[in-house]
Amino acid sequence: MAKAPPHPELLVERYGPNPNYTPSGGWQKGSEAPPDHLVKTHCCFCGQQCGIQLKVRDNRVVGFEPWDEFPFNQGKLCPKGVKRYLQNEHPDRLLSPLMRAANGDFRGATWDEALDFTAQSLRAIQEKHGKDAVAIYGGASLTSEKSYLLGKFARVALGTRHIDYNGRLCMVSAGTAYKLAFGVDRSPNPWSDIPKAQVVLVTGANVAECAPITTDYLWRMRDNGGKLIVIDPRMTPITRNADLYLPVRPGTDVALMMGLLHVVIRDGLTKPKFIADHTVGFEAVEASVREWNPRKTAELTGVPPEAIEKAARLFGGAERAIALHARGIEHQSKGVENVLSLINLCLATGNIGREGAGCMMITGQGNGQGGREHGQKCDQLPGQRSISDPAAREHVAKVWGITPEEIPQAGLSAMEIMEAIHRGEIKGLLSICFNPLVSLPDSTYIREALEKLEFFGVVDFFLSETAHHADVVLAGSLQEEEEGITCTAEGRVVHIQQAVTPPTGARNDWEIYCDLAKRLGKEKFFPYQAPRQIFDELREASRGGIADYYGITYEKIDRDMGVFWPCPTEDHPGTPRLFEGARFFHKDGKARFVVAEYRPSGDPVTEEHPIYLTTGRVVSQYLSGTQTRRIGALVDQYPEPRLEIHPRLAEAHGIANEDWVKVTTKRHQMTIQALVVKTIRPDTVFIPYHWAGLRSANQLTHRTLDPRSKIPEFKVSACRIEKAAAPPEWSRASKAPGRSQRAPRRELRVIQ
Amino acid sequence: MFGRQFFIDPSRCIGCESCVNACAECDNHRGESMIHLDFIDRRQTIATVPFVCMHCDDPTCAQVCPADAIKKTDDGIVQSSLKPRCIACSNCVLACPFGIPKVMVRQEQMMKCDMCYDRTSVGKKPMCATVCPSQALSYVPLEEILLGRREKPTNVFFFGKQKVTTKVYMMVPETVDAVSVDVVDYMWEEQA
Repeated sequence: MAKAPPHPELLVERYGPNPNYTPSGGWQKGSEAPPDHLVKTHCCFCGQQCGIQLKVRDNRVVGFEPWDEFPFNQGKLCPKGVKRYLQNEHPDRLLSPLMRAANGDFRGATWDEALDFTAQSLRAIQEKHGKDAVAIYGGASLTSEKSYLLGKFARVALGTRHIDYNGRLCMVSAGTAYKLAFGVDRSPNPWSDIPKAQVVLVTGANVAECAPITTDYLWRMRDNGGKLIVIDPRMTPITRNADLYLPVRPGTDVALMMGLLHVVIRDGLTKPKFIADHTVGFEAVEASVREWNPRKTAELTGVPPEAIEKAARLFGGAERAIALHARGIEHQSKGVENVLSLINLCLATGNIGREGAGCMMITGQGNGQGGREHGQKCDQLPGQRSISDPAAREHVAKVWGITPEEIPQAGLSAMEIMEAIHRGEIKGLLSICFNPLVSLPDSTYIREALEKLEFFGVVDFFLSETAHHADVVLAGSLQEEEEGITCTAEGRVVHIQQAVTPPTGARNDWEIYCDLAKRLGKEKFFPYQAPRQIFDELREASRGGIADYYGITYEKIDRDMGVFWPCPTEDHPGTPRLFEGARFFHKDGKARFVVAEYRPSGDPVTEEHPIYLTTGRVVSQYLSGTQTRRIGALVDQYPEPRLEIHPRLAEAHGIANEDWVKVTTKRHQMTIQALVVKTIRPDTVFIPYHWAGLRSANQLTHRTLDPRSKIPEFKVSACRIEKAAAPPEWSRASKAPGRSQRAPRRELRVIQ
Repeated sequence: MFGRQFFIDPSRCIGCESCVNACAECDNHRGESMIHLDFIDRRQTIATVPFVCMHCDDPTCAQVCPADAIKKTDDGIVQSSLKPRCIACSNCVLACPFGIPKVMVRQEQMMKCDMCYDRTSVGKKPMCATVCPSQALSYVPLEEILLGRREKPTNVFFFGKQKVTTKVYMMVPETVDAVSVDVVDYMWEEQA
């Protein structure tokens, strides 16, 4: 059925999001009684995976202590990391499975009842419509053990080819491009290389808000005399110290990169010997950028020709330059090409595989790197192996104890699964760690898909907005409740410690999937007693693959403060920097130049929709907000989405700061409050996407995918705006954003 | 304190409010943040400035306190008001040239940054300077700052002929020796 229960307001009252302000036992208790112990682990949020110590008392996380010794962040944390402990002991926590009562409301259920129902429903759909009529959704916040388990569960327990994950909204454009160019999907340089660069070009990466700890690496690069180039339609906070800022028009990044390469080639700043010895395909790329002179590039990108010349000479003239990129260039229908064009610039100038020189993707999600390496991506098997490679299938089949023929072929990607549900091909879905109703584009379309499902099961610790549509919700575990590993943005494999056990009524995620496998008659393939056993099998499954984890153990991670893959043997030190000596992962050892071409966005601006709409994140919220919209201090910091708009555009529409604005795209419209700022291009508006329902930016976005990576084009839509006649219903109903729980912000006054 | 000093570098601040949130985790005043984070003018700029107490050598707040409630420790830390003495009159709030003290309504007391006295007095770094992702707030040896940074530290401020020297340093451009924001400091005036 998969329709949301009849009274959504009651759901919100019971299951939240309710902001939690105070730790378990209150603020004062923490000061009086010391914690039982400190657990050295990592933040549950982004791909930086900062080291943190959790304070534990009576099996509850009651606070944190910085972990100064962990080399990546040396105690530093963003506000999400500081307040993350408040997700533990949260009033919204799911403490039993939920099923539907006859009237459609959720009711508590026993574990046996819920697991039986889930297994029977999946099996019934498969018997009637075939194995591929059910799909599995995973997520990149899961440990690698759980990601691996999920891939095996889909292919061995269910035998479906359809498994994909929310990393499809994150790293797939970068991953596809890096595989094409280098033969491997990982950032080639450790972060410690950043301060050693003479020039760092940051493009499409709001570092200060989405990877805050990286800011200090950039500032240290500048302390060392380096120059910072920032490319973004918005002046994000790192722009305050940019030596050069290029305000690129949304969706034209590939043209800007070709313009830069044009100047680099024109001015003789390429490294011909490096190109000749270590790459193939330069001539075609050289020909492709010939027409992109600064003037033509400026006309399309909105960046002045002088700035293009200056950026090209800075980057091309440096002995050591680094390009840092993130979702800004990747969340586009030409996301792969945008990244390829940036790689071309690095290859042409010889900036790769050396200390302080490289092209680096900033992985977004907590286990965004590890989560895509071991099997929950629709086209990959463990070890970053291709599912269509016969040798890979044979190796993995042997580890799994099945025949290679039994491993299904590649399935559909996350967004394509929604399309297949609309077409009636997929009828059952089991999802964990994914909130597609908030995070996928065109949320009306997503809601309709969920409502078409014959069976929808969700494993989660809080009731996400997507889970409102579930037939059964299985109460799973938080990051701090299970041991495992993640792989950080650097390629460093780190150890997540179990700090506490799940509260009574909730269960470990890995046990839930093993119990389902048992009910599907596949118990013998899932004999695990602890995550360590899953990890040992993962090591074996990855052995000899691109992402070779065989030589990594929990103990080695603890001893070395993380281990960089590939690490093929137990005495191998790991590989912090890839491509040393310019050896790439293609069989001939050479990197590939790949031609990228400009083409319009999938939702181009028109007379009717003349303004670019772009979406992104704010520092205090994380992804679809399932966790961070439940943490009081983080909610107070940015309580509701706001429309960033330049005064020039605002005045043309009679819009003042804090006015309500109706934003309309070809899909839908929403009403949102204006934040009038001079820090955004006047042809572009920005909305952060962390909220659900009528506050969701993804009501407006479109479903065009990159043809290769299948990433949606969140960063470029066309819209029109007008001053709203009245505030939306939800703004009147919502509680006043309460800063009351915290000291009021100081009014700035001139110091006298 | 163990050879380390506190440095504020507004130009490094990204406005993330890590410090604001972390300050409220300090055991001395858990649940209350003492940090000031100023968004200068969001319409015009993304620039932000964090402020902790500057811990003046001769604290104006203590000078103006009618109840003698504000004390400086031997190691130079100006503490929150002494609860039994404080009458919550707000003299200190008005007088502090940096705008630091707050009168807490619930506690009926002036409270302010004490540089995480519980942490720094046992050799740990203050909470804010530990977590600050951009190190706009740093707690490191002076030599490290002198060698490593583009800007240079100063702890001399003028507020209209009032010279204030502080324990906490502010990072300023290389050409600046002391900070003054009042035109009076640049004027020649005949003594009355």
